[in-house]
Amino acid sequence: MTQHMELKTFVAPPTMEKPPEIALRNAPETKMAARDLNVFYGDKQALFDVALDIRSRQVTSLIGPSGCGKSTFIRCLNRMNDVIDICRVEGSITLDGADVYDPAIDPVQLRALVGMVFQKPNPFPKSIYENVAYGPRLHGLARDREELDEIVTTSLKKAGLFEEVKDRLDEPGTGLSGGQQQRLCIARAIAVSPEVILMDEPCSALDPIATARIEELIDEIRENFSIVIVTHSMQQAARVSQRTAFFHLGTLVEVGDTADIFTNPRDQRTQDYITGRFG
Amino acid sequence: MSKISDHIVTSYDAELNRLNALISRMGGLAETQLDGAAQAVLRRDAELAAQVRAQDTEIDALEHDVGALVVQLLALRQPMAVDLRYIVSALKIAADLERFGDYAKNVAKRAIAISQMPHIPSPGLDRMARLVQAMIKDVLDAYLENDTDKAIAVWNQDVEVDQLYNSLFRELLTYMMEDPRNITGCTHLLFIAKNIERMGDHATNIAETVHYQVKGVELPDDRPKGEDPSFAVFHAADSGDAE
Repeated sequence: MTQHMELKTFVAPPTMEKPPEIALRNAPETKMAARDLNVFYGDKQALFDVALDIRSRQVTSLIGPSGCGKSTFIRCLNRMNDVIDICRVEGSITLDGADVYDPAIDPVQLRALVGMVFQKPNPFPKSIYENVAYGPRLHGLARDREELDEIVTTSLKKAGLFEEVKDRLDEPGTGLSGGQQQRLCIARAIAVSPEVILMDEPCSALDPIATARIEELIDEIRENFSIVIVTHSMQQAARVSQRTAFFHLGTLVEVGDTADIFTNPRDQRTQDYITGRFG
Repeated sequence: MSKISDHIVTSYDAELNRLNALISRMGGLAETQLDGAAQAVLRRDAELAAQVRAQDTEIDALEHDVGALVVQLLALRQPMAVDLRYIVSALKIAADLERFGDYAKNVAKRAIAISQMPHIPSPGLDRMARLVQAMIKDVLDAYLENDTDKAIAVWNQDVEVDQLYNSLFRELLTYMMEDPRNITGCTHLLFIAKNIERMGDHATNIAETVHYQVKGVELPDDRPKGEDPSFAVFHAADSGDAE
C-alpha cells in the first residue's frame, strides 16, 4: 500500500492539482504524453519522432497497418519494451507530467498505474478469485481478506462479469468462455486501481457478441480511466474511441477526433488506409 | 482526392461504379425531362407532354435502385471517409433528382392543359427553363468531375433563377389584370414557373452535396437568394416599394 502510494505521489506531484471532475469532463486533460519518441529494435528503427497525448477519461484508438508501430508505441507507455534486450527507447513519455523512464520509477509499480490487456485472454491458471486478487495482493492494496474480497467483487462488477461468475469464484479462470476470460483480464487490470488501461487488440480473438460486451465495458469504464486501444478493426476504433491516431511506417501520420478521422481525414495516407486503398 | 475506383477489393469498386452509373443515368433523364417539359409548354405540344409524364416512372425506379444499392453498400462495406461521403451524397442527389423529375412531370401536366387554351406569350419562362437546364447539366458535370468550383458556380446561379421568376410573376400578374380571361392560363404558367424555380433549388442542393462530398465540409448557409415575389408584389401594390 505504502509503496503504491509513494509512486502515485511521485507520478502526480502535489503541485499538479487535479481540476474538479466536472471541469475534467468538459476539457480533457492530458494523462500521458509522448514527445520525440524514437524506438529501435537493434539497428532497426520502429518509431520516428512520435508526439502523442493520451487524454484523461477518453478512449484513444491507435490504428494502422501491421508493423506500423502502434503496438510498439503502446508497449512504451508502460515500459513493456524493457523486457526486450535489443529495444532502445529515446525521447520522453510522461504520466501526469512525470517521466515514466526515470530510473527512480519501478516498472512493476508503473504497470499497476498503466495496466494492460492483451490480444488473447491470458488468465492465470488459478481460480477466478485468485486471478483478480493477485495484483492487489502483490501491491499490498488490501489489509485483510475482507478488503481483498471487496476489491475482487468491485473489480468483477466493473468488468461486467460478477453476475456470471459470483457462484463459482473458486473455479479456474481458464474454464470461462473467451469473452468472459477477456473480461476477467480487464477485472484483473482494474483491481490494482490503474489510471491508464492499455488494450492491445482486446477483441481480435472474440466473437461479435463478446466483442460488443467488451466495447460496452470500455465505454462504461472510460469515466474512470484513460484507455488506449490498438485495433485492426476500423469499425471498432470508430465505435469505442473519442480520439483516433493513425500510424504508418513508424510515424504518427494523423491524430484527431474519431468522428473527423473517419469522415474527413486530413492526410491522404489516412484516407487510403481507412477506405481500403492501401497498395 | 482519391479516385472512387482504386480499392484493394475490386468488387467494392464495381459497386461504387454502378452507383455512379445510376446517378449519371438519373441526371441525364432529369435533364431530358426538363427539356421535354419546357418544349411541350412553349410549343403547346400535348403529345410531348404526355411522353414526359410517362417517362417520370423511370427516374422513380432509378431512385429506388440507388436507395437499395446505398443500403447494401452501408451494410456490407462499412464505408469510411471519402467513400462514406460519396455514398451518402449519392442518396441525397438521387432524392433531389427524383424531385426534379416530379417537377418536370408537373410542368408537363400543365402543358397539356395550356395547349387547349389561347396562347399567352411568356419569353421569361423559356429563359428560366434554359438557365435551370444549364444548371442541372453543370452540376452533374461537377458531380462526375469532383469539381467544386463548378458546383459553387451553379450554387451562385440560383439567384438569377429567382430574379427571372420574380419578373415573370409580375409579368403574368399584369396579363391577368389586363384581361380576366387570361387568368386560367396565367395561373398554369405561374405554377410552371414556380416548378422550374424549385428545380433550380434542387440543382443548388446538388451543388451543396457535391461540395460536401469532395471537401468534407458544408457550404455556408447564406446562399445568394432573390427576393420572394409572392410577398414583394403585395407590398409593391400597397406602397410601390418591393421589400
